[in-house]
Amino acid sequence: MTDRRSTAGGPAPVTGRNRAGIAQRLAQDLQDGYVVNLGVGIPLAVPQFLPADKEIVLHAENGVLGLGPAPAAGEGDPDLTDAGKQPITLTSGAAITDSAMSFAIIRGGHLDVTVLGALQVSARGDLANWYVPGRNPAVGGAMDLVAGTPQVWVTMEHVDRTGRPKIVPECTFPLTGRACVTRIYTDLAVFHVVDGQLFLKECAPGVPPGAVRERTAATYVEDLAADGPPAAEQVGVGRP
Amino acid sequence: MIDKFRTEVLSVVDRVPSGSSIAVGGFGSSGRPDALLDALCDLDRRDLHLIVNNVGDDASGVGRLAVEGRLRRLTASFPILQEFYDSYFAGKVELELIPQGTLAERLRAGGAGIPAFFTPSGAGTMLSDGTFTLRYSPEGGVAEHVPAKEHRIIGGREYVLEEGIVADFGFVKAHQGDRKGNLRFRLSARNFNPMAGMAGRHTIAEIEHLVEVDELHPDDVHLPGVFVDDVVPAAGAGAQRPLMERSPS
Repeated sequence: MTDRRSTAGGPAPVTGRNRAGIAQRLAQDLQDGYVVNLGVGIPLAVPQFLPADKEIVLHAENGVLGLGPAPAAGEGDPDLTDAGKQPITLTSGAAITDSAMSFAIIRGGHLDVTVLGALQVSARGDLANWYVPGRNPAVGGAMDLVAGTPQVWVTMEHVDRTGRPKIVPECTFPLTGRACVTRIYTDLAVFHVVDGQLFLKECAPGVPPGAVRERTAATYVEDLAADGPPAAEQVGVGRP
Repeated sequence: MIDKFRTEVLSVVDRVPSGSSIAVGGFGSSGRPDALLDALCDLDRRDLHLIVNNVGDDASGVGRLAVEGRLRRLTASFPILQEFYDSYFAGKVELELIPQGTLAERLRAGGAGIPAFFTPSGAGTMLSDGTFTLRYSPEGGVAEHVPAKEHRIIGGREYVLEEGIVADFGFVKAHQGDRKGNLRFRLSARNFNPMAGMAGRHTIAEIEHLVEVDELHPDDVHLPGVFVDDVVPAAGAGAQRPLMERSPS
């Protein structure tokens, strides 16, 4: 393990995973029996990659446990939507709650994982994802989800549209929560946050560690497995 | 005999004066009491403080009240409607932005006689540290911030004190109701409705279907009539309503 810090200057181009690929990589880490809340953006691509041999319950904060796939066009029920107000179906064994019960599930730590997008994540796992000052403020359930869920997994592009790193020493955007992020899945890499410290666990196929280093402003420890990303069946077994 | 059912929505909503605070159920257009909200507009009520999760993103429901300039303050988590934000930045309406779970629990607590509670949601963020803008000045700049909230460390973790909400009125939409005010909701249209009904000093429920007393099994009553003062027919009761919180395009 060695400490790595980014260097200034224009990094050479690199191509990692696309947005669906980020979701696919994350889906490999969801374990049988997990109850998971998915935010908007990249997280919404996760369900299509859920392994068929695992039973994973999806939660929507408007009071649905057991989200199924979208209904066929024109067959949506106005009384059955996800937290993005899109029509959904229910899986067998689903349950409906009111909003107070839904957030008791969230805040009380009864979900296993929440998957969210991010503007920035800091080295110790602070998350900024709800507000860009000067723009329209809206928070929804993000602050409750990160406060209550044991595992907060972020999916995002490694850098913003102007090429600036989004994994930073300190968030400059307003915080959603402090020291709450436990994993970061980007187009280039997978990081874990353990005890306030950031670890680079994997680079995406074809992405050298140096390319991650050049695009990461935060300090982290390189802790790469010798043989790259784990096979799906090994994921989650004895790994932090 | 207890009979809370009234057919005339306008005469029921007529008891809601301008300046009232109203807790409103619904998540987007799902479970939103549009008949009651439209009645506020038709009766030309103004200066209202709505406590509701969303504004919607068109000029229906809560959005209609916002677009018609009938709001003094909004307490919400996800008020995405450009016309609302335009009014907010112009200093015409106040925004108390709170986490969605905090909104649900503040309504539940208010209705349950709990004056305040500590929650981890939003602790140490700009929604609790006194830096979020409640009201802009019409001349530009910040006129007033949402006051900083008390924080406390409990068991080594930081929490923020949030107050229960008791509103002058509760507006609720239910799938079924009886003359005693017992309500049953349907699927995810339940959302904030039970809490909005609990938090209102006087709660009005619009229902899609009026059922006979005892048609709802006691085990199936989601909000007992003790919380409900008036029951009225929902707009286009039984009819399908637009589903999406997005502009038709």
